[in-house]
Amino acid sequence: MADRVIYATYDDDHSLLHAAKKLVADGVNITEVFSPFPIHGLDPVIGVKHTRLGIAAFIYGLTGLALAVTGLKYLMIDDWPMNIGGKPTFSLMESYPSFVPVTFELTVLCAAHGMAITMMFRNKTLPGMPADNPNPRTTDDRFVMEIRLSENHALTAEEITKKVKETDIVEVEERDYVVIK
Amino acid sequence: MHKESAIREPLILGHKSYHDITEDVCGPIEGKAPRMWYILFGIALMVSLYGIGCIFYLLGTGIGTWGLNKTVEWAWDITNFVWWVGIGHAGTLISAVLLLFRQRWRMAINRSAEAMTIFAVFMAGLFPLIHMGRLWVGYWVMPIPNQFGSLWVNFNSPLLWDVFAISTYLSVSVVFWYIGLVPDFATIRDRAKNPISKKVYSILSMGWSGRAKHWNRFEIVSLVLAGLATPLVFSVHSIVSFDFATSVIPGWHTTIFPPYFVAGAVFSGFAMVQTLLLILRKGMKLEAYIHTKHVEYMNIVIMVTGSIVGVAYLTELFISWYSGVEYESYAFINRATGPYWWAYWSMMTCNVISPQLMWFKKLRRSLLFTFFISIVVNIGMWFERFVIIVTSLHRDYLPSSWTMFYPTWTDIGIFMGTIGIFFAFYLAFARYFPVLAMAELKTILKISGESYKKTEGDPHALQRGVSSGTKH
Repeated sequence: MADRVIYATYDDDHSLLHAAKKLVADGVNITEVFSPFPIHGLDPVIGVKHTRLGIAAFIYGLTGLALAVTGLKYLMIDDWPMNIGGKPTFSLMESYPSFVPVTFELTVLCAAHGMAITMMFRNKTLPGMPADNPNPRTTDDRFVMEIRLSENHALTAEEITKKVKETDIVEVEERDYVVIK
Repeated sequence: MHKESAIREPLILGHKSYHDITEDVCGPIEGKAPRMWYILFGIALMVSLYGIGCIFYLLGTGIGTWGLNKTVEWAWDITNFVWWVGIGHAGTLISAVLLLFRQRWRMAINRSAEAMTIFAVFMAGLFPLIHMGRLWVGYWVMPIPNQFGSLWVNFNSPLLWDVFAISTYLSVSVVFWYIGLVPDFATIRDRAKNPISKKVYSILSMGWSGRAKHWNRFEIVSLVLAGLATPLVFSVHSIVSFDFATSVIPGWHTTIFPPYFVAGAVFSGFAMVQTLLLILRKGMKLEAYIHTKHVEYMNIVIMVTGSIVGVAYLTELFISWYSGVEYESYAFINRATGPYWWAYWSMMTCNVISPQLMWFKKLRRSLLFTFFISIVVNIGMWFERFVIIVTSLHRDYLPSSWTMFYPTWTDIGIFMGTIGIFFAFYLAFARYFPVLAMAELKTILKISGESYKKTEGDPHALQRGVSSGTKH
């Protein structure tokens, strides 16, 4: 059987947040929320885990740092040591002060781009990707809650719709769940 | 939810709803451009074409077409480079440093300031490239294996640090800017009726749908990028100042340069932001979002950084005397009283005196006065770089090589051309891109929106907290 989904539309971020708290307390599993801006305090309610992108950025930064240090060591100390302005390159430690700027820039470069690219892949937001927000107004002033029936075995569609209607909704709709991406 | 004191001035004026924000920002993009836009864009294009022509002439004929000579071997080119990089500092400062300090007023100005930053850094990057003379071997600045036995670039040189700093800064700023733009492009995409613009904006928005998890990632990426961009923005202009400070030219060889250049960069960057935004808010009818309070905040930044720059000038003067080095003290006496005294005193007037007028509340809240001062500051900061570069060079160690610098029409044409290209980019941005960060503004509507702050004669509402999310 194809999965069915209930879309509950709100016109205010706080109405949605209060409704989400109430519905979750009633045992409804909210699978997703689409909103035009981040709703603070919603993530723990609907069970969205905090992202680990910060850790990823740190690792990318370390990669950039390692790349810079090994690269500078190879280019400036091992492969072709240069004596510029009477300041010869002897060892990495002795020459390091003048390598600090490039090391810093490469660390930032790798951390920033690595993190941004990872986010784009994880979000599936890449050029040419289709959008899958259920209502085009979720990027304007509508806040939509997605409740998939396959994630809510304890409750029937009617029961969920009834619970949703008790909250401050604008519109509620049940349809087949379509996976766009 | 965060609450803000009711006595703070609201950041969004009028009785706006979420939809109003979308309408106000997307409306000008979807409608027809006003006649004024075409006129300005036409002028900018003509000026930029002239500049591009001058660049081709320079590349075809050689650096000799500039007014450089064997004493003053760096002049307008590097002055313009530093000037543009300086202007390019405000955007990232607004979006990164002010984000870390949780300054909400930045949300109305960050998008256009970042766009300005990116275009200014483009213009800055152009000057070292064309100064190479042989633009087509520009890739030699990268450490790539080559046919000279793999002779590597010199990583001890501040000029190479510049290559890394400016390119990192440009690419990170573009990423930071674009990530913020994605949700707003999605808004335009979902509203677009014309199939071509729908297609274009859906490619630009990369399929953003506003899922809760995606917003979670979006916010942490913005925060971490801000954390990374903050030291980056300071490093970039510090490194630009190293171009001078690590040399042994009197007037350049000073340890005060990095902080002094960074403060000067922020100073000139905010001035350019003011110039552009005061026009933008009128032209696009965004007075409710960018109003006197925003202008006042920016003027305070201009006043503070202008004072730092002023103190730096005086410190330089004092140290040149206190050091007891004859060359050093001569360099500064010559700046103030030599043949370039007019440049020095224009710089002093524009950069030290004019920002002090911002102590008066009436003046810093006056839009017309702000516009005037922002132009003055931009001129003053151009003169600052000119003074540092040309007056330090034109008196060599050998009096026989003492000379003056006279710009040629190629010098002037290229500088004017970059201003034209910059404005052409900026006007195109204002025409096709969301000029305010809609998604971010919507998050502060209930905290700092006027209609949510006004208690409408209900004294108890103040105690209850006006921003508790009640609908109006």
